[in-house]
Amino acid sequence: MLPIEFLLISFLVVTALVISRMNYLFAAAMLTGIFSLLSAGLFTLMDAVDVAFTEAAVGAGVSTILMLGTLSLTVREEREKPLRVLPFLIVLLTGGALFFGTLDMPAYGDPDAPIHHYLAPDYIEGAETEFGLPNIVTAILASYRGFDTLGETAVIFTAALGVMALLASSRGKRAKEEE
Amino acid sequence: MKIPAMRMREKLVVRVVSRIFIPFLLLFGLYVQFHGDYGPGGGFQAGVIFAAAFFLYGLVYGLDDLQRVVPWRFVEVSLALGVLIYAGVGVASLLLGGNYLDYKVLDPHDAKHVLHLGILLVELGVGVTVSASMLAIFYAFAGRRAA
Repeated sequence: MLPIEFLLISFLVVTALVISRMNYLFAAAMLTGIFSLLSAGLFTLMDAVDVAFTEAAVGAGVSTILMLGTLSLTVREEREKPLRVLPFLIVLLTGGALFFGTLDMPAYGDPDAPIHHYLAPDYIEGAETEFGLPNIVTAILASYRGFDTLGETAVIFTAALGVMALLASSRGKRAKEEE
Repeated sequence: MKIPAMRMREKLVVRVVSRIFIPFLLLFGLYVQFHGDYGPGGGFQAGVIFAAAFFLYGLVYGLDDLQRVVPWRFVEVSLALGVLIYAGVGVASLLLGGNYLDYKVLDPHDAKHVLHLGILLVELGVGVTVSASMLAIFYAFAGRRAA
């Protein structure tokens, strides 16, 4: 592990702990933005620039603003609550199980890992010869997995519709009141 | 978000800096959109960045001003339009005798060139839907007043 990766991961852990213990919600919302920015840095170090891009734009940008928007509708301080044991234990157990699950995974960046031998070589070769696209991610998303991406776009569309149906219903009412 | 927006508008530095930033954000969004096949990014990221420029405008100048720039109606229409562009590329390739979303039949004279065209159109559809849904969610959240 590079020193910079170690630094970023320790910052991530510290930020996560601080967010979970913080009662002042405004600062917690800003810290989630910092958390996303740190993860974006980590993704960049892993050469996953497209993912890093998304994380920085969505996590650090848009969702922080949405969280602030939500905060403006509620109070800024979380009520002091005693630490409840059972939820804490469940979280510890789940986290432990996830860690245990990673033990069987191939080492990070291992070229012999099965995932690099199934479709990835075809994609890497095809993006260059078939499409002439330097960005393999785009070739995969828009062409090899075009149906998936169509589905994902439909999912985003449906999600926005859901939010509008749930939250924007007051818009029509207010517009009528103002008339 | 009404009251903080009003106060933000009076802050000279915020107003001037955001006014300088917004055109560059929009331009960067377009760059990520149409350069996505060569550099990092694509429709999704571009849509978010494009929407973020409008978020900034809304945060500084208030929701009412933002909705004068991008009305609800426009957001609603482009939300559906993006999915239609994407699905329409598929239908177009069906009509031209290929499989669904088979970009090769869109224009048979240059295979590589046309693959780019298909990907470009599809990514445009993704970008339009994503930025519209971001704005729709922002409007839905910001349009509510504290109870």
